[in-house]
Order: sequence, then C-alpha cells, then structure tokens
Amino acid sequence: MSLELIDVVKRMGVETHIHPCSLVLEDATFNVLLGTTLAGKTTLMQLMAGILQPTSGTIKFRGRNVTGVAVQKRNVSMVYQQFINYPNFDVYENIASPLRVAGMTRVEIDKRVIAAAELLRLRPMLKRKPSELSGGQQQRTAIARAVVKDSDLILLDEPLANLDYKLREELRDELPRFFAGRNAIVVYATTEPSEALLFGGNTATLSAGSVTQFGPTVATYRRPKDLVTAQVFSDPPINTARCIKNDTSLVMFDGKSWPAGEAAAKLPDGHYTIGIRPHHISPRVQGDAAGILEGRVLITELSGSESIIHLDVGGVTWVSQFPGIHPFTVGSTASFYVDINRALFFGANGELVS
Amino acid sequence: MAEIKIENLRHSYLANPKSDADYALKRVSLTWKDGGAYALLGPSGCGKTTMLNLVSGLLTPTEGKISFDGRDVSMTSPEERNIAQVFQFPVIYDTMTVFDNLAFPLRNRKVPEAEIDARVRDIAQMLDLSASLSKRAAGLTADGKQKISLGRGLVRADVNVIMFDEPLTVIDPHLKWQLRSKLKELHQRVGCTMIYVTHDQTEALTFADQVVVMNEDGEVVQSGTPIELFEKPRHIFVGYFIGSPGMNVLPCEVRGGKAFIGGSEVPAENASSATGYGKTELGVRPEFVTIANEGLAAEVVKVSDTGRFRIVETRSHGATIKLLVPEGEPAPEGLTHLAFDRAHTQIYEDGWLAGAKS
Repeated sequence: MSLELIDVVKRMGVETHIHPCSLVLEDATFNVLLGTTLAGKTTLMQLMAGILQPTSGTIKFRGRNVTGVAVQKRNVSMVYQQFINYPNFDVYENIASPLRVAGMTRVEIDKRVIAAAELLRLRPMLKRKPSELSGGQQQRTAIARAVVKDSDLILLDEPLANLDYKLREELRDELPRFFAGRNAIVVYATTEPSEALLFGGNTATLSAGSVTQFGPTVATYRRPKDLVTAQVFSDPPINTARCIKNDTSLVMFDGKSWPAGEAAAKLPDGHYTIGIRPHHISPRVQGDAAGILEGRVLITELSGSESIIHLDVGGVTWVSQFPGIHPFTVGSTASFYVDINRALFFGANGELVS
Repeated sequence: MAEIKIENLRHSYLANPKSDADYALKRVSLTWKDGGAYALLGPSGCGKTTMLNLVSGLLTPTEGKISFDGRDVSMTSPEERNIAQVFQFPVIYDTMTVFDNLAFPLRNRKVPEAEIDARVRDIAQMLDLSASLSKRAAGLTADGKQKISLGRGLVRADVNVIMFDEPLTVIDPHLKWQLRSKLKELHQRVGCTMIYVTHDQTEALTFADQVVVMNEDGEVVQSGTPIELFEKPRHIFVGYFIGSPGMNVLPCEVRGGKAFIGGSEVPAENASSATGYGKTELGVRPEFVTIANEGLAAEVVKVSDTGRFRIVETRSHGATIKLLVPEGEPAPEGLTHLAFDRAHTQIYEDGWLAGAKS
C-alpha cells in the first residue's frame, strides 16, 4: 500500500473541482489519469503532491497521514505541460540540481544525469543554456530533472503534449522502461486514450471532477464500468445508439433489426444504449453476429494503412475505422457491419450491463 | 483559387550562405494543383514553416521561383498573393461577436454587407457556429475559438489558397478529431486549394490527398499520396516518420539479387535493383510482418496491448523487429519465426529506396 486518497474533496468557492475521490496507488506502479481538459487531472495531481490541500478527506502515504503536509516536506517531483528550467544553468546543471540539493556524490550525480539525458536525447545539449534550446528540448530538460532523483512520487502533467508526434511516440515507449525497477509511484496525466493504452499500467478515468473508474489500463478500456468511462476512453469517439432488446434481436434506433449476439442475449428485454467502437464497424462482416448500417458516406479519411469512414444513417453519424484502404466515394450509399459480440450495452443509468 | 508552382526554391536565413548546411530549406520543386488538399509534414525545425512563409510572401526566397497560375509571385507582398492563413493559436477579437469576427476579413476588403451576411451565415452553418453568431467570442472554449479562426480562413471566396499552420495542436483529442473531420468535409465542399502544415502524421495523412515529407535537414524527401508514403517510402526517414510504430529498418546484405539477414534469405520487392554499394538496409512495416512456422528466427521480447491491436516486439540477429497482431488473435511468445510480405519489403541504400532514383 502506498499513496491513498480517502474521500478526498476539493472545493474552490462554490465550485467543486474534485468530487469525493478514493484511490490507492501502489509502489512501483505507472498510473495514468485520463480525461479531457478541465476534467480535474491537474487538481488531483496537486492534491497528491500536497501543492493543494483537500477541502475534506484524508491522504496517506505509506500508511502515514500526510493530509496538510506541504509539498516541500514530501519527496515529490512534478513536471507541467509548461516547462520550467533554471535559465542561467546549462542543461547538465538543470538536470543535476535536485541531486546537488540532496548532497549526492559527484560520481553518482554524473551517472544519473547522463542516464536521464540519454533517455531524453539530451546528450549533445548538456552544455547549452535553456535559451539555446528548442521548446521540445527545454521540455525534455524539465522531464529529465523530474526523473533523475529517487522521488517517492513522480507526477507528470501532460509532459509530452508540446512535443513532436514522433518524439512523443519514442518517449512513450521508453518512459515506463526508465521507471521499471524503481519503487516510485508514477502518475501521468493525459487527454489521449491511445497514450494511456501505450503506457499500460493502471488508468483512472476522469470526467467533470470525478474519477469514474480505476484499474488495469487494458481492462478499463475493454470493460468500462459506464458510458461516461467508455466515452472518455475512446478515440475516435465511441458510437452510441438507443435500442430495444427483444428476445434474440435488437430493435435499433432506425427501426431496423439486429441480432442480439452473445453479449446481449443474457439481458432482460428492454431499453439499452449500445456502444460500438469505430474499429468494430467494418465494410466486411466480422464475428458471427452482425448488425447492418446502411447509409450515405459523409467523409473519408485514409491514413495510408487505415480508412476512417463517416456514414450518415438516417440523420445519425456513425464512424468506422478499419485496416486497409477502401476509397469510398463521398455521397455514395454503403453498407457497414457491426460486430455485435464486441459491442457494449449500457442500462438506464449508464452502467455497463453486458 | 490557383495552382501553385515552386521551382528550385531554396532559402537561407544567412546573408551569404555558402554550404548546403546554411540553407534552412534545401532546394525543392513542387506543383500544388488547384483545389487540392496538401500537407507539409516533418519534425520541429525541419523548415516547413519556412516553406509556408515563402509561399505566403512573409519571406522572400534566397533562390528560386514561386508562381500562382503561371504568374511569378516570388517578389510580391502577402496582400498581393491573396492568401488566407490559420495559425496554431486562435487569433480572434474577444470583444467582437462571433459574427463580426467571421465578417472581419470581408469588411476589411469592403465586401457589400448583404454578401457578407450570406457568406458568414454559410460558413457558420458549416462549422456549427450558427447558434452562437451573436455571442461574444470571449466566452467561447478553446476549440470554439479555433473554429472561428478556421471560419475566418474559409470565409473569403476569392483566396488563392488557405494555409493552416498546426491548427489543431492545442485542441483536445476528441475535439481535434471533430475539427479534423470538419476541415476535411469543408475541403470536399468548397474545393479551395488548402495547405496544412503539421508534425502530426495522422492529421497530415487523413487531411491531405498529397503529403510532402521533410526531414530535420530541411530537405523534401518524398511527396506522395498517403498510400504511397505508407506502402513505398522512398527514404527510411519517411518509413520511420509515418506509421505508428514506424517501419522496421534492419541491417542486411544483398548478394546476387537476393537479400539476407544474418545469413537467412528474406524476400524483398526490389532486391534485384540493389547495387550492393553503400549502407544496405531492409525496411518493412510492422503491418507487413507476420508470425510464421519458418522464416527469420526471432525472439518475442515484449507485447503491448493498444486495444485495437497488440504491438509485438521481437529481437532477431541483434535487431528489433516489431509486428502487429489484431484484436482476438493469439499473441506469440518465446522463440518464433517471422515472415515478411515481399511486395511491401524494400531495400534501402544509404537511406534511399534502391532503384527508385533512376
């Protein structure tokens, strides 16, 4: 057991920024906070760090109550999306600064600075001042400084958001490796579902100040507890529609009938919301229960390896994403097939029922 | 609207450039057809904004010529080139209404009010802004503001080209997705020449019919359709930069028109075109590698589940080879063999696709 948030609430004036939140983050784990801008990710991190104090609730660290203990008295590192560096130190000294404060030996400092610089591709820039670096290099310097010391808690608030796509991809691959074998709790905030999936570890999904679910990343993605979590954790957005389950079939929003499939067969008859991720809709039948979507092609996006097709079905837009290139003509009529066995079904309160 | 022709364009920020390294943009010739959707894709500092500024007239080229519909515009001012630009951060007037913001570029050019009204309403409708036309822009969210910027770029009917410089970088993914689709839809509807500058391959590939890829040295390494860039990268940089994960690049040997990795023969589409000189490498995308009963021996070292598919990382003869396994199929473990799809496996010499330069 390591960092524990028990019924933590944060209010500022009349506004509630964090609704009652209970989370346990274990030592040596990588944890993602996933949510849109203003979902509460940064506030939650600042509460974890002790930069903000909760309005009510308790925060425990390794069993000790640390509620109200200031950030300076905790062994915490944090990186923000907007990077901060010491302008008159070169890159080496910027990275080394927390180690010098900790009184580490010169040899040990050198070893660690080089390893962090290596990870963040800063080896050739160690002698430069921040003003002589690009934005991306400055951000990498800030990340290197945060990861160089043995903090108990490392908080990374969208640290890669301002970096180039490809560099981001490489760092996503390497950051977890860098932390592997350390005892620190790493918390990483992002707005991107794909980033959470690449990191693995655990994910907490946030929406409007509430943690909607917390668990192993892939399991949370595959089995979101409710519709809100499914929406937070889908990119492209999940397709949703109202339907009525009747024995072995589904009566869809447009009056068409789809087979209920394995997933819905066990459900009592009645009204549900069906959620289908775009990659479970394809121009070819997948699986042994297929729903048919017939409509007009609105937009075609071809990424080289994949096609994304937007389809208008009776005034409702559906999105399909599938491997390979199928150049549909905009305005033409097309049929797509939904893999119902991979669909998610939500009940009246938005809870996942099948 | 216009066809844009770039001939032997080269630019240096230095007064007296001497070597090739002094040029931020290396020599390039390109034609952008009237009504096309184009993207300039490359890492930070690769010269894409330099190129954009040369086309828009904010910079005067060191060498070369830019023409719009056959008319040389290299030395003309941005105003004369009649271009609309949309930037990374929304440029809007907070105190004005959404309507007045959208009308601004038209009023500036003394377009009659009746025409302005029709045009603004049309654009607002395309961008789903009709309901907020009378609201002050200050109250809008970040993506709402960026929509106004896009709208202002699109509102003038007479522009030669609309240029977008990283327009979606500051937008959240789910909204980015909507705006990207919107832009694509608008291009399909208005048919104006559009140039989109980005470092994000997904944005470039989904938006553009033709993508110009630039490397860190300010050199255009390939211009092609998304499919061409994906299936036949002309340079290993394109293979690496496009695709997630990028193309596997492996040291190899070519003897007698056949390719070998660590002594095992591997199929390669252009092996017979290889000269055997220079640094010889084999490129194959993770999408075209499969697990097989025989073939190149490899060991699985890591499997990451991305939801839609798993990325399987293997080691073979000292090199890392990644492949993709679709959802629902078993992931391999331990020792295995890999097969490459011959039609999508290429030999590169000193970074360039063997046989492509002839």
